[in-house]
Amino acid sequence: MSELSHNHDEHHDHHEEEGPHSSFSGYMLGFMASVFLTAIPFWLVMGDVFSSRNTTVLIILAFALVQILVHMVYFLHMNFQSEGGWTMLSLIFTVVLLFITLAGSLWVMYHMNVNMMPSMMSGGS
Amino acid sequence: MSDLSTLIFGRLSLDSIPFHDPILIATFVVAAIGGIALLATLTYYKVWGYLWSEWFTSIDHKRIGVMYMILGLIMLLRGFADAIMMRIHQAMAFGEATGYLPPDHYDQIFTAHGVIMIFFVAMPFVVGLMNYIVPLQIGARDVAFPFLNNLSFWMTSAGAALIMISLFIGEFAKSGWLAYPPLTGILQSPGVGVDYYIWSLQIAGVGTLLSGINFVVTIVKMRAPGMNMMKMPIFTWTALCTNILIVAAFPVLTAVMTLLSLDRYLDMNFFTNDLGGNAMMYVNLIWIWGHPEVYILILPIFGVFSEIVSTYSGKRLFGYSSMVYATLVITILSYLVWLHHFFTMGSGATVNSFFGITTMIISIPTGAKIFNWLFTMYRGRIQFEVPMLWTIGFMITFVIGGMTGVLLAVPPADFVLHNSLFLIAHFHNVIIGGVVFGTFAAITFWYPKVTGYKLEPFWGKVSFWCWFIGFYLAFMPLYMLGFMGVTRRMSHFDDPSLQIWFQIALGGAVLIGAGIIAFLVQLYVSYKRRDSLRDETGDPWGGRTLEWSTSSPPPKYNFAFTPRVYDLDAWWHMKSNGFKRATDGFMPIHMPKNTAAGMVISGLSAAFGFAMVWHMWLIGGLAFAALMIAIIAHTFNYKRDYYIPAEEVALVEAQRTEVAA
Amino acid sequence: MSHSTAMPATEPGQFDFLVKGEHHVANGTLLGFWLYLMSDCLIFAALFATYGVLSQNYAGGPSGADLFDLPLVALNTSFLLFSSITYGFAMLQMQQRKLKGTIIWLAITGVFGAGFLGLELYEFYHLLHQGAGPQRSAFLSAFFTLVGTHGLHVCIGIIWLVTLLFQLRKHGLTTANRRRLFCLSMFWHFLDVVWIGVFTIVYLMGSLS
Repeated sequence: MSELSHNHDEHHDHHEEEGPHSSFSGYMLGFMASVFLTAIPFWLVMGDVFSSRNTTVLIILAFALVQILVHMVYFLHMNFQSEGGWTMLSLIFTVVLLFITLAGSLWVMYHMNVNMMPSMMSGGS
Repeated sequence: MSDLSTLIFGRLSLDSIPFHDPILIATFVVAAIGGIALLATLTYYKVWGYLWSEWFTSIDHKRIGVMYMILGLIMLLRGFADAIMMRIHQAMAFGEATGYLPPDHYDQIFTAHGVIMIFFVAMPFVVGLMNYIVPLQIGARDVAFPFLNNLSFWMTSAGAALIMISLFIGEFAKSGWLAYPPLTGILQSPGVGVDYYIWSLQIAGVGTLLSGINFVVTIVKMRAPGMNMMKMPIFTWTALCTNILIVAAFPVLTAVMTLLSLDRYLDMNFFTNDLGGNAMMYVNLIWIWGHPEVYILILPIFGVFSEIVSTYSGKRLFGYSSMVYATLVITILSYLVWLHHFFTMGSGATVNSFFGITTMIISIPTGAKIFNWLFTMYRGRIQFEVPMLWTIGFMITFVIGGMTGVLLAVPPADFVLHNSLFLIAHFHNVIIGGVVFGTFAAITFWYPKVTGYKLEPFWGKVSFWCWFIGFYLAFMPLYMLGFMGVTRRMSHFDDPSLQIWFQIALGGAVLIGAGIIAFLVQLYVSYKRRDSLRDETGDPWGGRTLEWSTSSPPPKYNFAFTPRVYDLDAWWHMKSNGFKRATDGFMPIHMPKNTAAGMVISGLSAAFGFAMVWHMWLIGGLAFAALMIAIIAHTFNYKRDYYIPAEEVALVEAQRTEVAA
Repeated sequence: MSHSTAMPATEPGQFDFLVKGEHHVANGTLLGFWLYLMSDCLIFAALFATYGVLSQNYAGGPSGADLFDLPLVALNTSFLLFSSITYGFAMLQMQQRKLKGTIIWLAITGVFGAGFLGLELYEFYHLLHQGAGPQRSAFLSAFFTLVGTHGLHVCIGIIWLVTLLFQLRKHGLTTANRRRLFCLSMFWHFLDVVWIGVFTIVYLMGSLS
């Protein structure tokens, strides 16, 4: 009986390599891009490069988004074909919900705080 | 020495047992007698071995599905007991009469009632139905992760066990079923009640989340060849969307409960009144979970009714595509309405308008479904079996409940009606009219598949009418009381003019109780008369989907050969095109082995939860360590399957061919 | 007694209704694990949302600008990033069915992960000693919980990694083990993705005055 399952296992070995295929160049590219995309934001903040806080925030958020995409593509091998498209679909759905949770919570709570705790709205100290 | 006893027992002591409360003592005595009687009977008939190997350690989705239904039924009795206690008390407690329940006992009852009904009745029923039916409907032999399935069931049961224990050791939360801080913070609820609540839900929540992942993968990857998405049975579609909602919503509940427990155990300040905490963030997050949760409860039921209506009308479901799209739209929209649960908390007109509009929009796809069911019935040759009775009852009742929901969706109206008995009437209207009626319909519809015999219709009709009339008697007065300004969760009133309505409501509750008893009688009578109610064909109603192609009950492996699908209503198509059962060529079938690991992991989780509730840090630490070891040890088990030999398959199939002929 | 008043008319079949050969059901483990990661992502979404709402609630106590040691965070980030690439190397070895290479790179990944955790524990210890523990304010509660939950995930990842090392030595690069390596790979990279969010939103934005 265990023989049977061993053969079954071997049979699978031949006709399906599960999971995405990695390459050395892919990993190196992703790594280099990530180093760059990490170093710049740290430099912008530690070096106090922009006087405007908002500019810095926008730029580092953009860099974060790009680096997340780099990780998704080069490390997690995100693509539209994997699992018949279900991997991508579930990712998109999750990202949408993430956005709703974050933006929705911030929006709702901001309004509640403004209406119900006006004394607390000046930086909270 | 007292340091040692604190280390071992935490804050647990003999005082934790409510000796002073006669109601609890009486309940305990009855429960103990009943429990011992049950254990003694099982031992006398020597069924422990059978129960262990055929049920408790089973990874078979059919067995697990039935166990979920039994869990839901047992917890229904507990949840209903809470309900009838409240109705009796509220019918009495006016003016000088204080009723028989002290306020903090009353508060525990309404909290337990809500928690149990949602988490340990409705969820197990819905998950149990999906468990049994979905693999059969898609032509699969089991779910994607059978071991996880077993684990999910036992984790849910562990959560239920913790709540039941809270009845006799310590107390339960008094905060309402969603346990808002700061009332549930450590300052205002220093006792064990809220901790029982938290750990019970966290443990059960793990089970539910794993179940969600299991069923999405099952439906995505294990459909029979030829069954593309738009040829899936409609119940499977609703199951898919439900499980997507589970995977997407339950993490938020886990996170919120964790934050609350961090506030309570480690003195953090997420939801405290001082040091920067913001209790409304709890309300916000818990409803981001809470609203999808109610759709998790109702979507499978919509699927149930679609199957029932089309089968008993002898017609394909009207507007299958629009039903699918409606379900998908509801799935997505359910994430855009959550604030309607707290319109009155000060987010202002802009925010309220947005959520009010989305709430009204979400009622539209459900309305479309009602029309599709009606159009399916139109010009059909309708079999008026008991499930159709429940279906008609559902359509009337759920629509009324839905309409009151649209009324509440209007923020200015909600400002008047929020947290009044109108709200209570609304959600019971949709949950009873929807989930409860749907569950009874589903049980009656699929009972012959599961057991091999039908349920006795007479007692089914008795149960239905008791539930139907009982529901209206119990809850229509609550709508009136809500309009008159009566607030929820109150245990005593001074205005005697309200009393008559509460008394009528009590009458309704008693009738519902009769409905439950009628159902239990139905189960018993059907069992006794099973030979005359026997179904040997596997297809007593003229079914349309693949589960009806199997024997009743199906063999362990479901299908000797995986079916190939060409059309919607696959079984109907097979019957219309000369399908013949296979009589030879059987092959060995690959099956997963039973496992005790699910029980072990859940048992240790429950022990850990109990220890954490009572601050028994040593035992909690040991239980946690044992839990980690058990989980890791399980991963070293690589031999989890076996083969059913072809001869055995041939034998089982031959027996069925003989019977069906 | 069968009620079926509406029976379909049976026609002689030209349809092949049964799969007669061996029917291999596709394995769902990778998809299932991905879905679990999506659910984990939503746990972090709730924690990020909480942090976002409470991040200015200092309650008179220290803020991020007062507390955060960005060079330390940069070092930590590099540890995690290196661990991602070393895991990648382990996967390349696995693809070539080289058991020893897989084990070595896996172990190196674990060391980087442990380094990350060590630095983080050091940071937490330092904060606690300054009186800037999670009890001090809502901001700090949110900080410790968000960063701590990520750290807990890394910890679980390392335990899993060590377990896998034992299982690889015992059974080699079987199909089941390769599947597990893929799952841990997804988990590990996902943790790095979450960390990008953490260091950007918590540390970098928190350090801006």
